[in-house]
Amino acid sequence: MRQKRTPAILLSTALTLFASGLYAKKKVQAIVPPPMPQMTADQKALHALNRLTFGPRPDDLQLVNAMGLDQWIEWQLTPARVIENPVLETKLEPLDTLRMSTVEMVRHYPTPQMVHLMIQGRLALPADPETQYSIRKLVARFERQDNAGNQTGLADLNANGLPEKWSLDDQQKQILASGKPPEQSALIASMPEAEQYDVLDTLPNGARQKLYPSAPPDLRRKIQIFNGPVQVVNQDLMEGKLLRAVYSNRQLEEVLTDFWFNHFNVNLDKGADRYMVTNYERDVIRPHVLGRFKDLLLATAESPAMLFYLDNWESAGPDPTHKRSQGLNENYGRELMELHTLGVDGGYTQHDVTEVARCFTGWTIREPRFGGGFEFNPKLHDTGEKHVLGVTIPAGGGIGDGLRVIDILAHSPATAHFIAKSLAIRFVSDNPPDDMVRWMAKRFMETDGDLRETMRAMIYSPEFWHPENFRAKVKSPLELVASAVRAVNGDIDYGNALVGMMNQMGEPLYRKLEPTGYSNRGSDWLNSAGLLARMNFAIALSRGRIPGINVDAAQFKGSAADIERGILMADPSPDTQAAIEATQPGPTIAGLTLGSPDFQRR
Amino acid sequence: MAGIGSAPLWLQRAALAGENSAGSRKKVLVAIFQRGAADGLNIVVPHGERHYYDLRPSISVPRPSANVAAADTVIDLDGFFGLHPALAPLVPLWQKRQLAIVHAAGSPDPTRSHFDAQDYMESGTPGFKATTDGWLNRALPAARAPVSPVRAVSLGPTLPRTMRGSNNAVAVDNLSSFTVRDAAASKMLESMYKGTGDQILNGTGKETFEAVAILQSIQKMPYQPADGATYPRGRFGDSMRQIAQLIKADVGVEVAFADLGGWDHHVNETGPRASVGQLANVLGELGGALAAFYTDLGDRMEDVVVVTMSEFGRTAKENGNRGTDHGHANVMFAMGGPVQGGKVYGRWPGLAPEQLNEGRDLALTTDFRDVLGEAVYAHLGNRSISTVFPGYNGTPASFKGLLIR
Repeated sequence: MRQKRTPAILLSTALTLFASGLYAKKKVQAIVPPPMPQMTADQKALHALNRLTFGPRPDDLQLVNAMGLDQWIEWQLTPARVIENPVLETKLEPLDTLRMSTVEMVRHYPTPQMVHLMIQGRLALPADPETQYSIRKLVARFERQDNAGNQTGLADLNANGLPEKWSLDDQQKQILASGKPPEQSALIASMPEAEQYDVLDTLPNGARQKLYPSAPPDLRRKIQIFNGPVQVVNQDLMEGKLLRAVYSNRQLEEVLTDFWFNHFNVNLDKGADRYMVTNYERDVIRPHVLGRFKDLLLATAESPAMLFYLDNWESAGPDPTHKRSQGLNENYGRELMELHTLGVDGGYTQHDVTEVARCFTGWTIREPRFGGGFEFNPKLHDTGEKHVLGVTIPAGGGIGDGLRVIDILAHSPATAHFIAKSLAIRFVSDNPPDDMVRWMAKRFMETDGDLRETMRAMIYSPEFWHPENFRAKVKSPLELVASAVRAVNGDIDYGNALVGMMNQMGEPLYRKLEPTGYSNRGSDWLNSAGLLARMNFAIALSRGRIPGINVDAAQFKGSAADIERGILMADPSPDTQAAIEATQPGPTIAGLTLGSPDFQRR
Repeated sequence: MAGIGSAPLWLQRAALAGENSAGSRKKVLVAIFQRGAADGLNIVVPHGERHYYDLRPSISVPRPSANVAAADTVIDLDGFFGLHPALAPLVPLWQKRQLAIVHAAGSPDPTRSHFDAQDYMESGTPGFKATTDGWLNRALPAARAPVSPVRAVSLGPTLPRTMRGSNNAVAVDNLSSFTVRDAAASKMLESMYKGTGDQILNGTGKETFEAVAILQSIQKMPYQPADGATYPRGRFGDSMRQIAQLIKADVGVEVAFADLGGWDHHVNETGPRASVGQLANVLGELGGALAAFYTDLGDRMEDVVVVTMSEFGRTAKENGNRGTDHGHANVMFAMGGPVQGGKVYGRWPGLAPEQLNEGRDLALTTDFRDVLGEAVYAHLGNRSISTVFPGYNGTPASFKGLLIR
């Protein structure tokens, strides 16, 4: 242990202060390390915001200074103490799939196959009358497309006469047939629920989409359902992620949720995973990001999303009597060690991979297509003796085999080091100092993998505050987008255009195919295509031209220097300043600042 | 490249073509990465090998003589090897001897990690992690100024490891959107990035704006592939179409890169018949795009070599889920005018139990650098093989003779 591990910032409790002070005094006599350079107080506050949040909002520096930096850090480290932003809660409210179980999602937002099962009566319709009505409409729609594929447009509908029961006056009929989209949206939204579905049902896809920007949240929802219920699940997930990144007061928790989701990556596009990722992020990842690593690891191992993504649900022991029981699948066993715990240099062999895979046979999913949960199926389990990383796991252990592997891996020093280094790469530097990583790994081991303590070890390391780390990490596309929207106090009405722009920047949300997840190294994100996408995003955002994102142009009325400082929260570099000062004040200055080299780093 | 952005296109082209010692047209090497470990044994099938059918009772591709529809059998090439039926579009190239196959090829490193194996193959230094750049970047021949800002182009929103390095290399997601949409803002952003003391952003910014300048002229022309070439829908088809467009526009492309994922078939690799299912789908995309590229380039194919690779092969024996797990050696393709095709290269190690690598995978008999090295040496004319592939012991004598010298 090293003397310089004295927390750089005083902790909020007197006890810790006392203990660390004593400790420092004692060690100073033994070794005197060279003092490490430190950031200024202003830089520290901004650095904390840059690294522990998705970027500062205009008022955040004041908040940190008012609370005191150490208090603010502790506050973020204990999200339960952070009162959530009511704006976020309002915006998440219409995204109902974010609160559903996987089973509910499969039923309420069914795939065409599920709809067919409902048509055939092999699957019951959801009980809720409104959902039932929308699904009946979908069923009718599928049947119609099966038969003819012809769809009526509103204009045709008017010529044929509107259904009597809609009880619209002539003027309203006129609006419906040929009005402007905002008028149509308002009118449709004022109709009874069931009739809204009827009207949407008559619209061709293009016309429905035109209503989208002006539709109130409720109607927007119905439009999404008619575009394809499965897509609603995906859109909610992506929009939810952007909303949380931009609005949540529990910023560190959100940053860590992104980190850990990516560490235990699953892909939304792989079959049944399309319904499982919501539950995965909400119930498997987020509750554990500041908890114990072993709990997180076990939660992922038992999650339908991971079992499906890495094929373990189909892996089986040698017993050929069971239908599905045809044999072993190594996919999960390998990635569990390589990517989730030990790291590729963590000292395991191909033999260990096979043995770990044997241990996890029988860890499966009940009816994944229908959103079923985890189950251990003894019929699929390989009951023989196994040898994992030098440990003999006796025959007949059942589900205990896998639990034993989780225990071995969660407590391995290689895991501690791998997790520490991954966190340090994300939060500190593309090339984090070895001393710091070792210290974090040590704290991980000492605290039984307590991730909050591991984060504390990192944040309170002098290296975290070394001036060379100030604005040193290149932002990932998510970090860039969220920080830009936060910096200009952008208001997210709906998020799909923003999601599309992130695809162009190279980070399609929830769509990283490979189990490695996206790179935590900032420099990996820099390339010409990505840079152009960032610049185009910056300019479009500042001018309020991204559909669904409102930016108040009035805020960009001051001098060029004011606008720049407002966004960067620091002085721009000379070349950024020179280029910007040649511009007329206004949104363009904000756009250039957001597109500048300065804003690409955090 | 100062000033070239404002010169007329024909002059830019002449300037860029002029410094190519071989004449007015560039030699081009196109590298294709099949990410996720493609199953080489089901792509170029050793249908003359009994063990192949023993090892894969439910996912093998039936022999040409099998009693099923011809569209569901191997397309025989030489009596022993044959193509997966989804690769039918490549048959004419094989017949014209413009397509060569190297079997049991790949990385000598034993890793079965996708991440590490891709990294090794892209850096060109198997087993050595400290390499910071990619082989295709190092493969660019030393050139006298001016060099084209788009001499190395990768299709997609991120720059792959293969392309990273000290030579300029640009990632182009889509040619038509490769610009800052506001001209005035573009100028100012360009000056910011030109002036910044942030070296990495300075470098990326410079590359980007130079590439934007030279690509502007071709963006405005709608692209019509030649000779009725039809690229498959999807990202890979789009990538190959745009590479063809760039090559034909004579803007100085020397190396290009495209990738396609979706090869990691642990489960249900094959559908109820060989011609359907996951592997057939992705092979259809690969074969369709390569064949369209060949047709589209026409005579220009004389200057072009395309090579394919994947990080490792898959287990010789099928797993418990009608799929395959991570294996070792794989198959590589080389296509183009200079290719001596119509032949399967490489020593076949066999699939008998004692012939398998670690008792489970196709053994390796050709180092992937023997193949890439020959393309770099004989086609791009870069003789510094030890710089392109540090630590590689091969010499021109190790090459397979895939290319006409």
